Amino acid sequence: MDMQVAKKKLGLKEKYQVMTRGLDWEPSYQKKEDIYPYASYEGIKIHDWDKWEDPFRLTMDAYWKYQAEKERKLYAIIDAYAQNNGHLNVTDARYINTVKLFLTGVSPLEYMAHRGFAHAGRAFPGAGPRVACLMQSLDEIRHAQTQIHALSNFNKHYNGLHDFRHMHDRVWYLSVPKSFFDDAVTAGPFEFMVAIGFSFEYVLTNLLFVPFVSGAAYNGDMGTMTFGFSAQSDEARHMTLGLEVIKFILEQDPDNLPIVQRWIDKWTWRGYRVLTLVAMMMDYMLPKRTMSWKEAWEVYFEENGGALFKDLARYGITMPRCAETIALEKDHLSHQAWGTFYNYGAAAAFHTWVPEKEEMDWLAAKYPQSFDKYYRPRLEFWREQAAKGNRFYNKTLPMLCQTCQIPMLFTEPGDPTKICYREVDYQGSKYHFCSDHCKEIFEHEPEKYVQSWLPVHQIYQGSCFPEGTDPSAEGFDPLAAVLQYYHLEFGRDNLDFEGSEDQKNFDLWRGQATKNG
Amino acid sequence: MSTVFIALQANEDTRPIIEAIAADNPQARINEAPAMVKIDAEGRLTVRRASIEDRIGRGFDLQELHINLISLSGNIDETDDELTLSWHA
Repeated sequence: MDMQVAKKKLGLKEKYQVMTRGLDWEPSYQKKEDIYPYASYEGIKIHDWDKWEDPFRLTMDAYWKYQAEKERKLYAIIDAYAQNNGHLNVTDARYINTVKLFLTGVSPLEYMAHRGFAHAGRAFPGAGPRVACLMQSLDEIRHAQTQIHALSNFNKHYNGLHDFRHMHDRVWYLSVPKSFFDDAVTAGPFEFMVAIGFSFEYVLTNLLFVPFVSGAAYNGDMGTMTFGFSAQSDEARHMTLGLEVIKFILEQDPDNLPIVQRWIDKWTWRGYRVLTLVAMMMDYMLPKRTMSWKEAWEVYFEENGGALFKDLARYGITMPRCAETIALEKDHLSHQAWGTFYNYGAAAAFHTWVPEKEEMDWLAAKYPQSFDKYYRPRLEFWREQAAKGNRFYNKTLPMLCQTCQIPMLFTEPGDPTKICYREVDYQGSKYHFCSDHCKEIFEHEPEKYVQSWLPVHQIYQGSCFPEGTDPSAEGFDPLAAVLQYYHLEFGRDNLDFEGSEDQKNFDLWRGQATKNG
Repeated sequence: MSTVFIALQANEDTRPIIEAIAADNPQARINEAPAMVKIDAEGRLTVRRASIEDRIGRGFDLQELHINLISLSGNIDETDDELTLSWHA
């Protein structure tokens, strides 16, 4: 980079004043409450919007300049990666399943974040947060676009990436990230900011982007590394916005504290549940591993989040109570999740497998309390069965949690041999939950969560077959019909990695890349 | 005292920045990971414009940091001359 620094006419602080609040005006012929109709119904009291300060003091002119530089770098690398058949440099073709999960599960959330921040920015009466939300909204659509562009290169060569947007709205496990974000954008603007700006961006997003993207680099995927770090360079600003929001709201009025604490408790748990997918990616899906899920949780949540909540204690904010449950789950989460996907590998748009022996040794070293005792025997059994031609595919549908929409795969806190079930009776119906925290979230807002579009319920109700399907026809195969509805091709996009088209093609092409054919 | 951190992409743009941070913050620990560098420091960490300019031989706007920034923690205070990360507790 060769960036010239022009002589400044205004200092950073003055420029920020002029380019944010200086562009705002007081309405003269419309009432403020008519212009900002969502600013008060959540119960948050704001007395002085001018107290808002963006610590980076970024203004729109500087924003465009730096974002343009990031984009130039990013697309130069993506082009070079594609031109050099960079996909053949990844450790092995199992790795590509992580980007399938990323594209179908995460990239559409970036687009929803774009919409959410545009909406929140419009809803806030203060010029400072409005400008910050505008920038974040633009960042998020950039992330969606750059991820789609970077990963489209894999779609030219591998299965399961061909219809990610269609799948996102339909496939059972993708309802977990989808419903998480739909939940956030249908909240009020302040709750959205606490949910996504603070709880997700500040407390949890490092877990998604930093170790996973560093892992992508370690596995030779320069395309993912580049979009990941380019997105993450914006995240630093988003995290700052998230922290500023919390401090600003809490400083404005003491009545705001209980509302904010409840939102932090709720959204830390909601976000953590979504990260179950990331835990599994880190421990099972990266052929070369940088750190375990447990280590990442300890560094980015326990150490860093611990410092954050200690800092916020001066406002009366406490560490979310769910942190105690999460601490008990960290030895088990990724193993239980991968075991579930291995079971349901016929209904997933990516491949699953049993880890190799040295990978199991790595897992045993990283999880000395749990892996050899609870999870290795099961994986070894599955491997023996597969070798005998009995690769296990679960054909029944799991019960889902009404709040997080994850199958009931989690165990009782402190007892990894017993599945955790909770239930609530509400208006004559029974609702099921994976945990005390998901149950409490439901109990506080049942009107919202009774509306959940639960994929398993929808399949049983007949809502997930292609139009014109007759389920009463002779020989009707429900799984085949559901996969057609998902646009998931049986035998190509799903099943075990062993014997897959991806595996065969990758070996063939890699061979061609290293010797004359 | 809690730890703050800043994580930067590992490349030629950031090499002098990381050197400047290490020189200005004796308490900082530099952790190298694939494609990135994470710098941890007890309580406080300061990035100084002048120290970076000394190393790169040209003017530097601290907002250029955004191009190669991966993540950070702590409360931020940024002026034309310094970016500081700190925890109050």
